[in-house]
Amino acid sequence: MNILPGNPPLYRRARWCCVLLLLFFGLAASAQTVSPQQLADLQKQVAEARGNADNAWMLVSSALVLMMTGPGLALFYGGLVRKKNVLSTMMQSFAMMAVVTILWGLVGFSLAFGPGNSFIGNFQHLFLHGVGAAPDPDYAATIPLQTFMIYQLMFAIITPALISGAFAERMKFSGMLLFLVLWSLVIYTPMAHMVWGKGGLLNASLGGRFPCLDFAGGTVVHITSGVSALVCALYLGKRKDFPAEQFRPHSVVLSFVGACMLWVGWFGFNAGSALSAGSLATSAFVATHFAAAAAALSWMAAEWMLKGYPSALGGISGAVAGLVAITPAAGFVGPMSALVIGLVAGVFCYVMVAKVKERFGYDDSLDAFGVHGAGGTLGAILTGVFASHYVNPIFKDAQGNVTGSGLLDGNPHQLLNQATGVVIAWVLAAVGTVALLKIVDLTVGLRVTEEQETKGLDLTQHGEEGYSLE
Amino acid sequence: MTKLEAVIQPGKLDAVKEALLAIGIDGLTVLEARGHGRQKGHTEFYRGREYSVDLLPKTKLEIVLRDEAVDGAVKAILGASQTGKIGDGKIFLSRIDEAIRIRNEERGNEAL
Repeated sequence: MNILPGNPPLYRRARWCCVLLLLFFGLAASAQTVSPQQLADLQKQVAEARGNADNAWMLVSSALVLMMTGPGLALFYGGLVRKKNVLSTMMQSFAMMAVVTILWGLVGFSLAFGPGNSFIGNFQHLFLHGVGAAPDPDYAATIPLQTFMIYQLMFAIITPALISGAFAERMKFSGMLLFLVLWSLVIYTPMAHMVWGKGGLLNASLGGRFPCLDFAGGTVVHITSGVSALVCALYLGKRKDFPAEQFRPHSVVLSFVGACMLWVGWFGFNAGSALSAGSLATSAFVATHFAAAAAALSWMAAEWMLKGYPSALGGISGAVAGLVAITPAAGFVGPMSALVIGLVAGVFCYVMVAKVKERFGYDDSLDAFGVHGAGGTLGAILTGVFASHYVNPIFKDAQGNVTGSGLLDGNPHQLLNQATGVVIAWVLAAVGTVALLKIVDLTVGLRVTEEQETKGLDLTQHGEEGYSLE
Repeated sequence: MTKLEAVIQPGKLDAVKEALLAIGIDGLTVLEARGHGRQKGHTEFYRGREYSVDLLPKTKLEIVLRDEAVDGAVKAILGASQTGKIGDGKIFLSRIDEAIRIRNEERGNEAL
């Protein structure tokens, strides 16, 4: 707004120019003489801002991963069982949100991420001792160790919850609690330590003996839970009267909602595993999404060709299979590799669930093995094929030069490391689960009585019903 | 008095209700039912496993009528629900001894 009548006189404009020039040179001069103290302060502020940005993403990711268990997995599994078991199935997931949390705070985190030996952590962080605002640069240099702890807790929660798909509709609540508590300590914490912990045997970024690439938990989460699920299905035996018409999913709608929540939550799972909010998180996010989409399509296509229908349940199962398979690879592969991994995973898991399970006749009720065990194993191996140093320069030679990551990146030896990780995860999960099931079987018992199974677990284990008319 | 029970395809309920209303029958009880007659069931697939489902969803109507209204009601239901295909359903008629309106204890035809 110009309130002056006409232009100001010439001398006044010249005076203003002088003032501006003086200001400019003054600023330039002061910039040249910035003190080391000021520079340090500035650097500190930049680092703090970066840390806060990373921390924000990691807290959101933690919440997303919790959402995968409840309500995601609870709905996904809950819809697949019969009406009379919907609550008991959901409770198996929900109970892990409570029980594993306490366990993790007391001892779990320390056993998984304390600096122990090659196989398990130590008691340094017992009762979360030393887990505070200060970062642990070995794990994540820019976020508080406490954020890292709560993020990892969400993984420890969903992993045992995944197993519950195998023993749905027939396991006692008490037996389930004891079994999964023991499982978290005996199987999850050592596996997490071996792959992600300081000094872990399979750790790829902290100099493990067999560097196994597992970005977000192909071995730690999906193979361990999937293989344990198979052992549970075999040990517990089939559900009474299985198979019969009544064993159809009681609500594919619930499963549908749950699966879509899993898809969204998985961005926290995989992109969050970058442990920072930078471009690696974006890359993992994109790979995750492409794999899920491709696998949803390939499972549906397989079903369409073989059974004549592209089913809704097939679509969502395929998406979950793709998400499982991309989990170990998410931060190491580009979008097109992710697409291929997804396409293969959708068909592979369909065959495992529809053909292999049928052939051998085990009652892996909700296909925890067929999707997580099989998809996790496939993903772990394919990570060794597709991992690329362009996406994530994880391996360096003695001179510090970046070297190839996977088979197609000129590092065929990596397949052997991946296989080592897979074999260790399979053996630990299988042997450990048999032993734990035996212990629980001999103490509190595993299976409900036949009469309880007929009445339903909602009524007999929890004293309530999922649906009541009025 | 006559009780008319009709098992029909769930999708025909609205048409049947309208046809009955058109001839002045405005009271009926509807139940969601499952069953099968000569109609065979169908096959459903869940993750590749086949389930042969032989109890199919049906809708069952129950109406108690004055005897003189029965023929009209049967015609209305047939007209609204017949497709000529297996699975159309059935109508059953039976005698009713007494009807009592709970509100004011009217009896017989008055209670209908």
